[in-house]
Amino acid sequence: MTDQMIAPVRPETVDIDAAIGILKERFPDAVKDDTREGYGGVIVERGQLVEIATVMRDELGFDYLSSATAVDYLGIEDSMEMVYHAYRTTGGSPLVFKAQTPRENSSVPSLIDIWPGVDFQEREAYDLYGIAFPGHPNQKRILMWEGFNGHPMRKDWKEAYYEEEHKPFDSRWPKGMVRRAEELNVYGKNVEYPADFDLSRLSDDTESSLYAGMGLGVNVEALDNTDELKTDRLVVNLGPHHPSTHGVFRMVVTLNGETIETLEPVMGYLHRNHEQIGERNAWLYNMAFTDRLDYICSMSNNLGYALAVEQLMSRGMRYTPPTYRAEVIRVLMVELTRIVNHLWAIGFLLNDLGAFFTPALYAIAEREKILDFFEATAGSRLMCNYMRFGGVFKDLPERIHSTASLLNDKVRDFDTMQYITELITEALPRAVDELDRFLTDSEIVKTRTIGVGYLPAETAIAYSAAGPLLRGSGVAYDVRRAEPYSIYPELDFDVAVRYNGDIYDRYLIRIDEMRESLRILKQILPRLEHTKGESFFAGNKAVYMPRVALGEAYGRVENPKGELGYYVVSQGDPKGPQNPWRYHVRAPSFINLTALGQMCKGQKVADVVAILGSIDIVLGETDR
Amino acid sequence: MYGVGILKGLGVTIRHFFNTYVEDLRYVGKKLNSTQEFERRQGAGSSGIYTVQYPEEKIAVPERFRFVPFLVVEDDDHPERPGHDWCTACGICAKVCPPQCIWIVRMEDPVTKRPIPQPEAFFIDIDICMNCGFCAEFCPFDAIKMDHDYELADYDRTGVHIHDKDKLSKPFSYWRSIAPTTAWEEAVDRGGWEHIDIIKQKQKTGAPVAKPGAAWDSPYVPPIVPVKEEAPAEAAATGVPAAGAAEAATAATEMPVEDAAKEERRKKREAALARKHAKEQDGEG
Repeated sequence: MTDQMIAPVRPETVDIDAAIGILKERFPDAVKDDTREGYGGVIVERGQLVEIATVMRDELGFDYLSSATAVDYLGIEDSMEMVYHAYRTTGGSPLVFKAQTPRENSSVPSLIDIWPGVDFQEREAYDLYGIAFPGHPNQKRILMWEGFNGHPMRKDWKEAYYEEEHKPFDSRWPKGMVRRAEELNVYGKNVEYPADFDLSRLSDDTESSLYAGMGLGVNVEALDNTDELKTDRLVVNLGPHHPSTHGVFRMVVTLNGETIETLEPVMGYLHRNHEQIGERNAWLYNMAFTDRLDYICSMSNNLGYALAVEQLMSRGMRYTPPTYRAEVIRVLMVELTRIVNHLWAIGFLLNDLGAFFTPALYAIAEREKILDFFEATAGSRLMCNYMRFGGVFKDLPERIHSTASLLNDKVRDFDTMQYITELITEALPRAVDELDRFLTDSEIVKTRTIGVGYLPAETAIAYSAAGPLLRGSGVAYDVRRAEPYSIYPELDFDVAVRYNGDIYDRYLIRIDEMRESLRILKQILPRLEHTKGESFFAGNKAVYMPRVALGEAYGRVENPKGELGYYVVSQGDPKGPQNPWRYHVRAPSFINLTALGQMCKGQKVADVVAILGSIDIVLGETDR
Repeated sequence: MYGVGILKGLGVTIRHFFNTYVEDLRYVGKKLNSTQEFERRQGAGSSGIYTVQYPEEKIAVPERFRFVPFLVVEDDDHPERPGHDWCTACGICAKVCPPQCIWIVRMEDPVTKRPIPQPEAFFIDIDICMNCGFCAEFCPFDAIKMDHDYELADYDRTGVHIHDKDKLSKPFSYWRSIAPTTAWEEAVDRGGWEHIDIIKQKQKTGAPVAKPGAAWDSPYVPPIVPVKEEAPAEAAATGVPAAGAAEAATAATEMPVEDAAKEERRKKREAALARKHAKEQDGEG
């Protein structure tokens, strides 16, 4: 121990390789390099995982666990592994470490005591892969329901409408046999229950068995009457069907009087096993599916996935990186998306506070204009599907223009550059200022938000919070600066940060970020003019079956809601697989919810909805 | 002082309220709902609220707008092969379709069993289609394109939501009418307005190829023709027997009543549009 203390360099500042060196020195038997083709980081003996992780956090400074996910290597190694990406909140590349476990009776020690942010992610791995996490206090399914048979992300699990291992399916061409999905997936025959599952339990409607089954530990019968006020402990279900839960999301709240004692989020109502669909898909297909994650920010979802796959492609032969114009257009789209999202987030936060729809509608009036531009450029307002590996779908159109036809007759015709210039330099700043004037000083907003939903910086880091939630707590961590991608290094902007960690600061940070985005966009405009006519795509044209090298990649972007990461693994066919072996989405909405229970503890029940609104979740991404 | 913030906020509200009418004042005495007014109020510099009365009024969608795809076929008055498919049944669209909603039957020579580059049947399940546009993007023959007709809601999902080849086929002039610039760009890439195979054939024989002019100098003005009526006529012209997929085809037949109602709405709309065009031309003249 003392030897480590007097080392000439402080260990928490050494680079990744040196950090791995220190780990290997400390745990010579338990830490090995990951030498598989295209892989990086270290493989850690699972027995010593907790000790090693403690060293990583406390001595090497990797205090922020961004992503934890599982991969099933059936048929390749016959083992499963947990993959962790740990970062420093001071910035830099990740320390990737993996713990392998056999497929039968698989278990990996829980890291919840070291990084509480793995809570939901370990539950997700337990749910979808069946990996047990000894030490996890609340190990139960999170996305699927209790009566689901099997673990759907395992490679040997097959869906009820299973057709083939990979798309494209043979039945489509040259002898296409058209049929409906429900012919394969007959109603009444598409559900299997686990052998030990008791269906009658569902009809048992006494509250105690339901909530005991949810691990709340609340015994409603044994009411807590020791308080002076003689208040009852009460379980209240907020949601799943409630407008202020931003979708189908449920919070089970235990109340003492009006004060919240525990809050447990229940999700998965919108779960469609996006990742499993993604593993049947070919590489390009997933681009269209990423639109459906956070459907307000489809442009930045696209970018994250494009970056991840480009990382893999760049290791193979014949790869050309995206052109400069492509990067400029990407940043233009992504920053416009950030404004769209923050306008929405603020509008909805005010809805949740009870200011019904006036602020929301003022906010989205300007959003319409951005969406008009998206529609003219990408072809769709929400499901943009605009980025490609190596560039973008098409260059900006010369004119935002429509022709009257039989179908519709209200025509418009704008010059694109003029339109976005006007948008960026006049309309959007005006809208942000107006929103600022409208809400920031309002005494009602202040009373409802200041000091509510407090999240201290250390807790935010520990719970892997990201985006405005993290920066609102005083941690200036922004992927655009911490691990820059695209052309962000050459752009001049500040990472917005606020220090009080309450709802009000999360609101202010969104206003700040919109202003920073506008600052970026103003620098993008001359770059757009300058690169006019240059190629928007690397190489000749997008290919529909890109050549992807073997290995793993983690692409992450600063999505408006937080860090969006894609962990992709390319395995199987050595000539370059046509499909991802693993496609994991580190969804900011999902992981930001880990801290929700913490933030709500001790608050009043009326504030829960506002706290949830200040996190800004989208259920398409939370449930995947 | 307490309450100043709220008053400031209310000021914003009242300004929003008045802005709508201030903007209205600009157009006093002018023709209501003119294109200029619409453009200004939908533009980046507008303020105040402006409502488009859907479904009586509809905003024309931009060219790149994508909805459920259609198949391009030659116009009925095409000199060489009226109503012929542009599709060569190469199957790329079926291969790039993320939700796998395209089924193609490639035509075969009944005697030699050799493939003929033409689709015998073509199905798109529009319930599955996610409107991503990959099929149109990667089609090497410009034969499948994304449509602008977004009103596909129906009372019966099972009867009409698998579009067969008859329902999918739309003439090339329709594509030029909804996306003049894109169609022009593609024609420049191909080297002429015709299907790429015909252009190649003509280049071989030395026959003249109709070259596209500049995009914005000579915008193509499409004749206003009802679109849906072309489909049966075109099918008759090609005379393709849908033998292999007869069963599925019967499942996907349209409901005549629904169709008649749709047709009637379309005709009314067309008449209204023609009147409007005439009126505008009068006004200009």
